[in-house]
Amino acid sequence: MTLAPADAKQGPLVGLFVTCLVDLFRPSVGFAAIKLLEAAGARVEVPLIQTCCGQPAYNSGDRANAVLLARRVVDTFERFDYVVAPSGSCAGMLSRHYIELLADDANYAKRAEALAARCFELTSFLVEVLRHTQVEASFVGKVTYHDSCSSLRELGVRSTARRLLASVEGLDLVEIADRETCCGFGGTFSVKYPEISSAILEAKLRAIVTTGAKTVLAADLGCLMQIAGRLGREGAGIEARHVAEVLAGMTETAAIGAPLRAR
Amino acid sequence: MSSPEDGGVTTDARNRIFARIRAALDVDPEDQSGHRVVADRLRRHPRGTIPLRARCHGEQAIRQFADMLTKQGADLSRVANPAKAVGAIGSYLGSNNLPPRLRMGADAVLASLPWKEAWDIERSFGPASPSDRTSLSRAVVGAAETGTLFLVSGEDNPTTLAFLPETHMVLISAADIVGSYEEAWNRLRSIYGSGALPRSVNLIGGPSRTADIEQTIVRGAHGPRRLHVLILG
Amino acid sequence: MASSSGSFTSNARKALADAELQRALQNVRRGFILKRETAVETLPEFDRLRAEARAIKDHTLGHLDLYLEAYEEKVNESGGKVHYASTAAEARDTVLALCRAAKAKRVTKGKSMVSEEIGLNAHLEGAGIDVVETDLGEYVLQIRGEAPSHIIAPIVHLNKEAIEVDFRRAHRALPSTRKLKSVPDLVAEARAVLRERFITADVGITGANLLIAETGTSVIVTNEGNGDLTSTLPRVHIVIASIEKMVPTLEDASTILRLLARSATGQEMATYTSFATGPRRDDDPDGPSAYHVVLLDNGRSEMLGSVFQDMLRCIRCGACLNHCPVYGAIGGHAYGSIYPGPMGAVLTPALQGIEHARDLPNASSFCGRCEEVCPMGIPLPKMMRAWRERDFAKGDPPLRQRIALKVWAYTAKRPLLYHALAGAIMPLLAWRAGRSGRFSRFPFGKSWTKTRDLPAPEGKTFHRLYGKAKRSSSS
Repeated sequence: MTLAPADAKQGPLVGLFVTCLVDLFRPSVGFAAIKLLEAAGARVEVPLIQTCCGQPAYNSGDRANAVLLARRVVDTFERFDYVVAPSGSCAGMLSRHYIELLADDANYAKRAEALAARCFELTSFLVEVLRHTQVEASFVGKVTYHDSCSSLRELGVRSTARRLLASVEGLDLVEIADRETCCGFGGTFSVKYPEISSAILEAKLRAIVTTGAKTVLAADLGCLMQIAGRLGREGAGIEARHVAEVLAGMTETAAIGAPLRAR
Repeated sequence: MSSPEDGGVTTDARNRIFARIRAALDVDPEDQSGHRVVADRLRRHPRGTIPLRARCHGEQAIRQFADMLTKQGADLSRVANPAKAVGAIGSYLGSNNLPPRLRMGADAVLASLPWKEAWDIERSFGPASPSDRTSLSRAVVGAAETGTLFLVSGEDNPTTLAFLPETHMVLISAADIVGSYEEAWNRLRSIYGSGALPRSVNLIGGPSRTADIEQTIVRGAHGPRRLHVLILG
Repeated sequence: MASSSGSFTSNARKALADAELQRALQNVRRGFILKRETAVETLPEFDRLRAEARAIKDHTLGHLDLYLEAYEEKVNESGGKVHYASTAAEARDTVLALCRAAKAKRVTKGKSMVSEEIGLNAHLEGAGIDVVETDLGEYVLQIRGEAPSHIIAPIVHLNKEAIEVDFRRAHRALPSTRKLKSVPDLVAEARAVLRERFITADVGITGANLLIAETGTSVIVTNEGNGDLTSTLPRVHIVIASIEKMVPTLEDASTILRLLARSATGQEMATYTSFATGPRRDDDPDGPSAYHVVLLDNGRSEMLGSVFQDMLRCIRCGACLNHCPVYGAIGGHAYGSIYPGPMGAVLTPALQGIEHARDLPNASSFCGRCEEVCPMGIPLPKMMRAWRERDFAKGDPPLRQRIALKVWAYTAKRPLLYHALAGAIMPLLAWRAGRSGRFSRFPFGKSWTKTRDLPAPEGKTFHRLYGKAKRSSSS
């Protein structure tokens, strides 16, 4: 497959960073992301050699493997105008932590910096880079939105998903009280310290239930699996989806961890 | 350098600590630039950002000073002249059912108040003792930015006056209320010289309080239960 | 204090099951967070001051030897004395020697985390000296024989009923008819009992929030006034402070003080901020006749010049604790260290060794709230990660975790293998979950599924689906 050179008239060439959770657990999020990016005027390619951003190694103290994986990602993605991930935590990894990880690497230090400037979380990319603030979708009902910690604090992304959700027909957004608080996922933290993770999750869940929303959305699948896992266990009757699914009008699939729909 | 008091520990420890610090900072013993930088900062004591709320003067500063102290639990009286000050002190004692006795220091401004007008107030002088119930000191300067009184140790206003009695009254001249801590420190420098302070400078913003038990605020934890500030002028 | 950081998991479990503690933590969290937020909003210059405070500390640390020398010279000039202690043991011995030289029988103490760090009280008591903590919270802990659970609000975990029981047990002169039901009752009782101790103390020991090189001054910050009664009434005042408390000038101290109480309790300033310089002068009718400063290293100089240097900017405000979801869930005691929460997760391994405190930096979701609220801009998650690297390099994480990570890393580095495995396993899992769309049980997955369902994968991986779509579109 030959690649057309990046051409301003054609829209920027975006490399989709799928993320391992989307790849393995919920591919529909990846397709929703592509749909949104293309509707906003980008050309999207998905390098199939990608595996993971390396966060599990990085946060477990396995720096050597984190560096190896980071180099691969730089190799794979630096040819794109932009790299977009449907995940605040992976986007944070690429745009903030790779610089630190590869700072001492003569070959990769500058390349990681150059790439970092072009890596974005999906909603932030749509709104702030492509200036695409309206979607053609409808989703009727009360919805609440969970901000992931990496989006809030690593990327400073607060308003872009909400901006897009505001254009979804029929969607009534209610906010979670104390919404700056973690859901307790934290990657491997959720299984290394499960009781603490669950206690933190409990508080988040009470806050979600209090909103009266029937659906909770987020831009990070890790948070969503943690939240959906508990919502399901409690039988709370609240569904969890990735925000891209709603924005792309692709909500025919079952919600996360929810029973499959009859065909 | 070793002192018999501390069992002779200190020189050895000092050497080890300095050696580690210098190794960690990669200090070049030939390089004197660090000395110059440090000496310069200590001499010039450059200021950082002074918040807007601290950049007030005159009446505005006095009002902000008074508001903040009141919010912080102090009782406040603004008195136009020394006679009114004495009057306010007298009524405060009366309305709080306190005996007409004041412990104070040798402060000349306080001494010069027209005490004859409050003939029944018994004044005694010196540091506070545990049985003194009410004291009167003078603050040398006050910072409006947070409603903070600056009291200094010495014969004029012994430190214990501010901490032992249950009720502490503090007189401050309106002219001594500045906007920022920095201006307050400069006032002290003009009195004590550069690079020197009296034994104790106490910044006080209200009566003693604690919230240690169930986050419930209670006054008079160990220090005074009541702080009465009189702004004179 | 003796550390029990090694039993973190069981401590945490106990804390999670403690309903009283959970209630207390909820209230504290909400209170402190809201108060700080309000106080920050009233100071528009807050972020600029934070940047300046950070620069002041970095500058000071970068010339720490010179500032220590300048400070010492000023302390000497004012008639005080500086003593250096490289280790906790040296600090304890120095303080004891000073107390003995003063023939001290009774000592009062202001709140000092450093004194707890070095286990000072037990050392003095072992030598027959009567030591009483005067900060109300620390006093209660002392009579309970307990450690603080928060660096600013030490008895956050206790309710007033428990304290009434403690006072009745410890205060022999307390008549059983006296009412101690309300918080003001309890405070009044403590005030009365401690007043006598203040007045009869031979030596007063305080910590220092700041040391000022320009004037040779130590600064303490309290709301109660106990620090001042401790430093002013006895014949001897001993300050114990770690070396990184140094700042150059009164202006520098002012910048930091604008942030300290605001970040800690949401106050503009603490009620009492006291600057002590040397013993009493000729014209002082009160104050101590001797003033000693014991400067403690105990691992700080090792942190200098290392990835942990930024931790030396900490001003012990406790904001990170108040905003941390982990601390908010388990409280301070579970950390088994004087320093809990995010700042404790970084500092404790530096003081005790990572091998004795490995859970502390590991038990974090890296939500980053701590760094966000830290008035000194300390990159706490980054330093916790640095500890994890050392922990990993030693091979200390549990075997299961090491194996899982190894397997994952092995496949993640080999895309063909990774995608072949994922492509085979995910559809299998989806089939296994069936209509339900989730797993309530999972082999080796108990740590997740005990409290949460695991959402099932959709089936084919994105790679498979996209690869297929690409092939069919290009054919």
